[in-house]
Formats: sequence, structure tokens, C-alpha cells
Amino acid sequence: MEFKDYYKVMELAKTASQDEIKRAYRKLARKYHPDVSKEANAEARFKDLGEAYEVLKDPDKRAAYDQLGSNWKAGQDFRPPPGWTGGPGTGGFRQRAGGGHGGGASQADFSDFFEELFGRAQQSRRPHNTHQEFNMQGEDRHARILIDVEDSYQGVTRQISLQIPELTPEGYMQNRERTLSVRIPKGIREGQQIRLAGQGSPGMGSGATGDLFLEVGFKPHPRYRAEGKDIYLDVPVMPWEAALGDTLNIATPSGQVKLRIPAGSQSGKTLRLRGAGLPGKAAGDLYAELKLLNPPADTTEARAAFEQLRDAFVVKSDTSSEV
Amino acid sequence: MNTPHPLQGELLAEDNSLSLEQLCRSCAMPTEHILLLVEEGIIEPQNPSGDVASEHWHFHWRSVSRVRASARLQQDLGLNLAGVGLALELLDRIAQLERRLQQIADTDF
Repeated sequence: MEFKDYYKVMELAKTASQDEIKRAYRKLARKYHPDVSKEANAEARFKDLGEAYEVLKDPDKRAAYDQLGSNWKAGQDFRPPPGWTGGPGTGGFRQRAGGGHGGGASQADFSDFFEELFGRAQQSRRPHNTHQEFNMQGEDRHARILIDVEDSYQGVTRQISLQIPELTPEGYMQNRERTLSVRIPKGIREGQQIRLAGQGSPGMGSGATGDLFLEVGFKPHPRYRAEGKDIYLDVPVMPWEAALGDTLNIATPSGQVKLRIPAGSQSGKTLRLRGAGLPGKAAGDLYAELKLLNPPADTTEARAAFEQLRDAFVVKSDTSSEV
Repeated sequence: MNTPHPLQGELLAEDNSLSLEQLCRSCAMPTEHILLLVEEGIIEPQNPSGDVASEHWHFHWRSVSRVRASARLQQDLGLNLAGVGLALELLDRIAQLERRLQQIADTDF
């Protein structure tokens, strides 16, 4: 397994005081918190940070970790020294700062490295019969899935992989990867949730299994923008199309449609295609916003055409002589 | 374990609101905590009739992700509820501005 350099993760020197450790945690937690952060890999960084803090904030764990010596480098293949005990008072303790009801089980997972050093004792210490003594409803789980806007027009089936904690026959909780195939119904909107009954964490004793809540998001699309059940898109139009009116073929999530541009349209004019938004009992609308495109005057013909245009407008208006 | 047939879930639509009890269960939160969030204005019942906590309250399903985000912020960043409320509001505003920025960026072609 890989050695984890907890000091490096927390951007601290090995001599850092407990106060410095706390401050560093707060600062980096704000920076990498997945709900707040726009940093790449925020989730992984935050997980590493939580693990590092779990060890360094606890003087016993920290002392045990420091005992490993300073020759280890992050990522190096690590085996615990023979006779490793985890130091006084460190075994059997495993609780994450943000554990409990907040994150999903995956967030509470520390690395193999951590478990090797501090976590193992806890698993074997867990009383064998805990789960027989009380009944508890299994926790609901939450996951997020990204689909394309177009998928909402048809409905789509997607695979999702989840780490589901399960009770082994010996009575330990163990994560197991499960792949679920889920039907995303037609007309789903961004942020909507699907409840999959009985796909959450198992209950304790005779407690029922929790549910899985799957939140659906849309991947960013270069042309389409979804707002609720309505879809927005920009339509580039040429000046003559806008001025004279025309019918254009435009691509929409539901296929090619003919869009009639009324004569005298200005840039920014929005045309509504009723019912061409996301499908549903009350289907959404599609809003096409005209964006006037000025063609380059880079050929003799184009220049001549622009000159004609200028002449046509210059004759019409007398004030233009001042321009 | 793979499921041979795709699972058909229940779609939580706009009109599928959650009762106080369902919200507590879904977020694995005690009722008292949810009530504190309502008090702080972090989530709002859709029918806030009177100011008494009520089993008749209904919450938008979006409240679930808000409650869960608030729990994460509270625990991971050591915020109090007022701080959580402020953070969520600012995050909403950033999201709005980013959408707006995206629209403006789309216009430049």
C-alpha cells in the first residue's frame, strides 16, 4: 500500500503545533470542501485532508505516525514495521470529523494505509453480536448521476457503481461494490431525484433496508441550456435572414426543426417553440435566441455587397454624411 | 451484484413533496435538527401555516440536498447554522452568476 504523507497533505512542517494543525485543516477544508470548491480533484483532496487531520489532531495517533520515521515518501510502497501496535490509545478508534449523518459511506472511507495503521483493530473488536441486539432502519443513500440533455427527451438506462456497506456472515460491515442499472425516465429535469426503494444500506436486525436517492444532473452542453423544463439555445442568423425573414433548419435535442425568422428581427430576439422543451405531461418550451452574425468582408464579392449595403443606407439617411 | 433489468425508480417530481417525517428519514436527521434549519431559514416548508412545527408541513424535494449539504458544511468546516445559511446563500448566488456568465460566454461566437 502507498505511504501517505499527512504533513504534506496538510501543507505543514512536522513541527507544527496542534493549533497550527487545526488552523491548516480549517483553511484547507474551506478550500477543498466538495460543496464549495471548484478545484479539480476537490473530493479526493478533501478526503485525504480528513484522513490526515484525523491522525494529526490526535496526539496519540500523531505520535504513532511520527514513529514511522521521516524517511517515507508519499506514494512509496509501505509495510508497517514488525510489532506495530498503533501506539497507545489509537486502536479501535475510527471516527471521521465529518462522519455520521453527513456524507455517504464512501466519504467516511479512509485509505488502506490508515486502516493498516489505526483501523484494523476496530473491525475485529466490533462485538460479534451487535447486529442481533437492535433493529434499525438502514440508512438512505444518495448519489448523483450526469446525463446528456438529449437523454431526457428519450429516457435512458444508466449503470451506476456504488459502495454499499454490507454485513458479512461474521457480523462485520464491509463495503461491496454494486452496479445498478437504472432507468432514467423521459422528461427528467436537472436536479430531480429518483427514489430506488430498498437500494440503500441494509438495516440492522429486522430493520428495513434504506432507499437510494439518485439526483440527476445534466452535463454541460455546448449549445443547449436547460432551465427547468425549458431549453434555451442560440441561433446564429445572417443580417439578411434577420432583416428579410427566412426559415432556418436548426438542430434541437428532439431533432431538426424549421424555425421561421420573422422579417425585421433584431439580435437577441427570442423565438419560442412551444412544447419542444423537455417532454412531460406539460412539456417544456424551447427558446431560440437569435444572434446576429456579421459575415467577414474578406472577398471582393463580400466587400462589394457591404459597399452596396452602405450606399443603400447612406442614401436613405442624410445624417450619415457626418459619420 | 448486477441487476439484470434496469431498476425503475420513483421520480420525485415538483408535486412530490416530502413530509417532515420523510425529510428526517431521507437525511437521517432528528426532527429537532430539521426544525432548527427551518428556524434559520435554510429550508422552508411549502405551506408554512402558522409558526408551529407541524406534521402537515411539506418540503420541496430539493430540501433533501440542502439539508445534507448543510450537515456537511456544519461538520466539516465547523460552521454554526447562521454560517451554514450564509454559505448556502452565497453558493446559490455564485451558481446563478455562473449560469449568467455561461449565457454571456455562449453569446460570443
